[in-house]
Amino acid sequence: MSTQDDKAKEVSADGVAGPIILFFILGLAASLVFGWIIFPKLLYSQKKQPIDFNHVLHVEAVEEGCESCHFFREDGSFSGIPKLEQCVDCHEDAQGEDPNEIKFVEEYVANGREVPWLVYARQPDCVFFSHAAHVKKAEMDCGTCHGHIGESEHSRVYEENRITGYSRDIWGKNISGLKKHTWERMKMDDCAECHATKEIGTDVETLPWPINWLPRPYEKQTGNQARVKTVKEACFVCHK
Amino acid sequence: MKEEGKHKKAKKYGMVINLDECTGCGACMVACMAENNVPFKEDESNKLDSIAWMRVYKLTNGKSYPEADICYLPRPCMHCEGDHGHSPCVSVCPATATDYSHETGIVSQIYTRCFGCRYCMGACPYHARYFNWWDPVWPEGSTKYLSPNVSPRMRGVVEKCSFCFHRYQLAMDKAYFEGRTELEEDEYQTSCTQACPAGAITFGDLNNPEHKVHQLAKPDNKHGGRPGNPNVFRLLERLGTNPKVYYMSSREWVRRAGDNYLDNEDFAKNYRR
Repeated sequence: MSTQDDKAKEVSADGVAGPIILFFILGLAASLVFGWIIFPKLLYSQKKQPIDFNHVLHVEAVEEGCESCHFFREDGSFSGIPKLEQCVDCHEDAQGEDPNEIKFVEEYVANGREVPWLVYARQPDCVFFSHAAHVKKAEMDCGTCHGHIGESEHSRVYEENRITGYSRDIWGKNISGLKKHTWERMKMDDCAECHATKEIGTDVETLPWPINWLPRPYEKQTGNQARVKTVKEACFVCHK
Repeated sequence: MKEEGKHKKAKKYGMVINLDECTGCGACMVACMAENNVPFKEDESNKLDSIAWMRVYKLTNGKSYPEADICYLPRPCMHCEGDHGHSPCVSVCPATATDYSHETGIVSQIYTRCFGCRYCMGACPYHARYFNWWDPVWPEGSTKYLSPNVSPRMRGVVEKCSFCFHRYQLAMDKAYFEGRTELEEDEYQTSCTQACPAGAITFGDLNNPEHKVHQLAKPDNKHGGRPGNPNVFRLLERLGTNPKVYYMSSREWVRRAGDNYLDNEDFAKNYRR
């Protein structure tokens, strides 16, 4: 009797091992697919801008580049996305045949309504950012943080995180958090990439490096004398 | 010598409040609440619950007519420097939610870092810190009056006067825009300073001999910022917190009220040496 029982146990163990391993492999694969592909799709809603904006067309038409529309006011504050007031300077009437411009003039200019643009770079309310310090004092390019937005012919889809309500541009497109360029993500770590590494007096440009805790393989010395490395007392500069 | 050059550049923003001119009207309190999105409560008289970054206290000399005298004392955060910048609140905070800035001399409060242990409130000898027991409730429509430059606080965090730090930053933005890195004295003033109808509050950089606060208080930085003007005193001077808010009064009993002096104690000895 006992021998029969042992055999039965062995048989059952052999028969179950295969399906269990298969179950785990399939489970792992399913989790990965869910976590890396399905979850991001569920997490982010796809929203269209109210008007499809062509940056290329506008940059060609204006004289001062980005600052023609995204300008500094006299008090040093930054205007951000232009208000209707600035657009009307040129677009009181439609200048061409483009259906987006006609829609803009008919729906917004004629009614004096502001365009409800979806702001890709919107940060939480507790985050304060000084454009003057970065663009005027440190003479940084807009593209360092905003990328090649000036070279876009169409407005990108605005992906809103359904839980936090913030744009996907903050977390970055890549769900793993890896990035190749400085403008691909706008989290605090990305600010810290400059503010934690650039030493006092020597301005070291750290080339984009995806993983923060790994030592950076190369750093580029630049001529600019600037103090941007922040210590803990500097929290108040952005969070107040 | 290098050190000296470095020190010259560092700011030490502070205040001199002339108690002889203060009428106790409370305009500074109102201006402060409006400027800094300070929430108000249904029952503001409940002092366990209500919040006032700037609070006006009433002092009396305890004598009867005709010697009876009163004095009003506005109390913002003192922005203590202490020895090596160890303000009482900064050294107890386990979350680094409050810190002393060696650039401006302002003690910060980072609401997003604070988790509400309230050690700082216990440590602060001036009762300048307040706890949000509740989320702020803004009457309908009044959110439109909130300042976009200061984030409103949620329940469970501590808040206090920031010397209107956002105004410093806005002034710096303007300076950067105009290609400057230094501010004029009148470019950065706190809300309470500007609101005071009696002009009792003076605000500026205590390290800058050209600023009025320096001329009034004559701070002696080698001795913990001790005031050189005999009419100027600080609250709880003997604690060594090196507060950056100086009070000025020609009345001796008012100056004596600044600390717990004994009746026969020569309090002025704390200011000599």
